[in-house]
Amino acid sequence: MAKKLNIKEKYRLLTRDLDWEFSYQDRKKAFPYEEFEGIKITDWSKWEDPFRLTMDSYWKYQAEKEKKLYAIFDAFQQNNGHLNVSDPRYVNALKVFLTGVSPLEYQAYQGFAHVGRQFGGVGARVACQMQAIDELRHVQTQIHAMSHYNKYFDGLQEFSHMHDRVWYLSVPKSFFNDARAAGPFEFMIAIGFSFEYVLTNLLFVPFMSGAAHNGDMATVTFGFSAQSDEARHMTLGLEVIKFLLEQHEDNVPIVQKWIDKWFWRGTRLLTIVAMMMDYMLPNKVMSWKEAWEVYFEEAGGALFKDLARYGIRMPKYSDVIEKEKEHLSHQAWWTFYTHGHAAGFHTWIPTDEELDWLSEKYPDTFDKYYRPRWELAKELEAKGERFYTSGLPQLCQTCQIPMLFTEMDNPGEICYRDHVHEGERYHFCSDGCHDIFVDEPEKYVQAWLPVHQILQGNCGGPGVEEVLSEYYRMNLGVDNMDMKGSPDEKRWKQWKGVA
Amino acid sequence: MSIEIKTATLEPVRNTFAHIERRFGDKPATRYQEATYDVASETNFHYRPLWQPDKLLQDASRTRLVMADWYAFRDPRQFYYGTYVQSRAKMQEAAESSYAFFEKRDLARLLSDDHKTQLIRYLLPLRHVEQTANLNNVYGTGQGMGTALTQAMLYNGMDRLGIAQYLSRIGLILDGNTAESLAQAKQLWMDADIWQGLRALCEEMLVTEDWFEVVVAQDMVLDTLVYDLVYSQLDAQLADSGAQDVAMLTEFMQDWWKDNQRWGDAVLKTATAESADNKALLEQWLTLWRGKAAEALAPLATEMLDEQALERALAVLDKRLNKAGLFR
Repeated sequence: MAKKLNIKEKYRLLTRDLDWEFSYQDRKKAFPYEEFEGIKITDWSKWEDPFRLTMDSYWKYQAEKEKKLYAIFDAFQQNNGHLNVSDPRYVNALKVFLTGVSPLEYQAYQGFAHVGRQFGGVGARVACQMQAIDELRHVQTQIHAMSHYNKYFDGLQEFSHMHDRVWYLSVPKSFFNDARAAGPFEFMIAIGFSFEYVLTNLLFVPFMSGAAHNGDMATVTFGFSAQSDEARHMTLGLEVIKFLLEQHEDNVPIVQKWIDKWFWRGTRLLTIVAMMMDYMLPNKVMSWKEAWEVYFEEAGGALFKDLARYGIRMPKYSDVIEKEKEHLSHQAWWTFYTHGHAAGFHTWIPTDEELDWLSEKYPDTFDKYYRPRWELAKELEAKGERFYTSGLPQLCQTCQIPMLFTEMDNPGEICYRDHVHEGERYHFCSDGCHDIFVDEPEKYVQAWLPVHQILQGNCGGPGVEEVLSEYYRMNLGVDNMDMKGSPDEKRWKQWKGVA
Repeated sequence: MSIEIKTATLEPVRNTFAHIERRFGDKPATRYQEATYDVASETNFHYRPLWQPDKLLQDASRTRLVMADWYAFRDPRQFYYGTYVQSRAKMQEAAESSYAFFEKRDLARLLSDDHKTQLIRYLLPLRHVEQTANLNNVYGTGQGMGTALTQAMLYNGMDRLGIAQYLSRIGLILDGNTAESLAQAKQLWMDADIWQGLRALCEEMLVTEDWFEVVVAQDMVLDTLVYDLVYSQLDAQLADSGAQDVAMLTEFMQDWWKDNQRWGDAVLKTATAESADNKALLEQWLTLWRGKAAEALAPLATEMLDEQALERALAVLDKRLNKAGLFR
């Protein structure tokens, strides 16, 4: 009788045992990026595999999921599933997703393939490779889920071209470029831990829940199908941080610095999710503030209590972040509403019902600071004077978001910070972004800031209109401007037979 | 006879994404096209990599091969993630039933000690070669250009991990899960003279920087030779000497190689047809790595098979390269 092997032992033999000690080349030349970040790995064999999935099982499970998923996509297309969404305004959340988030899945695919080659430990490498191929799955299934919407709505058709160029899309793009340009360990703390483990419930999940609440069967089915992948990614993120902290005490301050940086960078990126949840979903899931409290303050708080035994504390500026939950979404949507001619999607004034919902969800801030703006916008719109801001906004050198955030203790005053580096003055939206720059100025001076690029004539022109229509390839007045009177809205009414 | 169900027809505003339309015209696109073409970021990168400050995040100069359009590397199998995993799931289902049959009937007991020794000595150490192939293809994924090529390299890389795992399972079947055969095979990989050339070659590929050169060395040169020597020539020898049941355990590798060749041939052909410079560069790389691989494999091929075995494998390689338009 053959001996029984437990899963751990079997996985060790099938996977971990594949590596060998080099005799003919310097092994450091084959894995050259492990040391420059200052992280000390004393023993890769201490790596605990976060999941022990061999390729045969991977193919089998994933193929079963794909079969079901594509059956739903086929049915969705055949039956004009887009007609079942709650309200055509909802599709604008998908435009934000496909232009802003799906390309990040692609960057994750590239980033995990890179670290999946570069780590010296075979266990960590294989786990990263599996995440790389999962991320490829996500970008491709998202494209396929939204392919049908692209045929019936405007603004999805140039998602890839736009991601490389459009002003607000440089926010997510630069976030991931930053992580990929970092060393392999920082990439893992940035994406594997901060993003996948802690923040995924605030990015991926709100979009998928939004789809569920708004009758979008294609996207929500993708979401369900990706759930077990995400669970694997989260366990990898957690293993990475524990492994680094347990390998050497000198790693602790480096990891803490990365946590501080990537949580701040992450919360800035999530601004767009905040706005999507509070303003773009016709059927609301929960408010951004509620989501933040559940997924960051409670779940994240418990996690950081666990990590305290390694000497890790809550991310820097957590106190500021806590205050921001009251303001973020309102400040962002107002910015897009007033720059609605330069966005790749439609904007609108919330309905009276929605304004009441916002008042209820944000009792301390909405009526005091934000509702009056919308009441004014309503008056102007009624007079036929829908308001658009001309002029280009100043961008933060680090997160690349326009200077739209206020001082959190004084929501009437825009927050500005600056710093002089080698005779040049750089501008920031916050202390968090300022500190990130000051720690690595050589990196952030390189940022491809869309507004600077326009002003330098690198995006065509001469006017903003040419930049938008020729360089960004937006169909002005079709892809963007107000939802009211848009081709999207007209077609929807035709399909539904309403005047 | 056919029946027709009436559905509501809504006229679409457009047939596909704009970048797909620019390439293939205004008509409905395939899922392969929408999942593949122009998905990768191409311009306006924000920061240079700290790990390679002389390059951009995506940088065509990471290889000396020059392509006007990296999406010319269309995969004839049209694999995107969904079709890839479904194809491999079918193959693994067949493999699983073969492995289960082999184990249930304890077919290992019918293998002579000589045959078992042969498998441990010649087949099992290949798990380390497959591991190298995994790394080399994933390297191409991280460094390469254009989703058409990078995704196919990742599929190849994951396939090779799967094959390394199947080879390890063969070892566990032979030794009744004691892992002794795997330990012996690894010892041979580390010390035995017949393997040192190949191990040195694997280590050399792993420190080679140009990713397309690595792909040429691994996927075109070494794989063609190893798969012919082992999964064709050794397979025939085992079958002729009464160990034909082993083929149940290596059928996956044989099927995979057929499938993978279609892709590899297309890659070679496309790169060669692009320009005279590319052709010259490929021939330079192929000559270099063909020479290294032949030298590395010679002792193994001779001991495992016979004096002419390597020549036969080289003839297969030369024919393959010729078919792709090289060396002629």
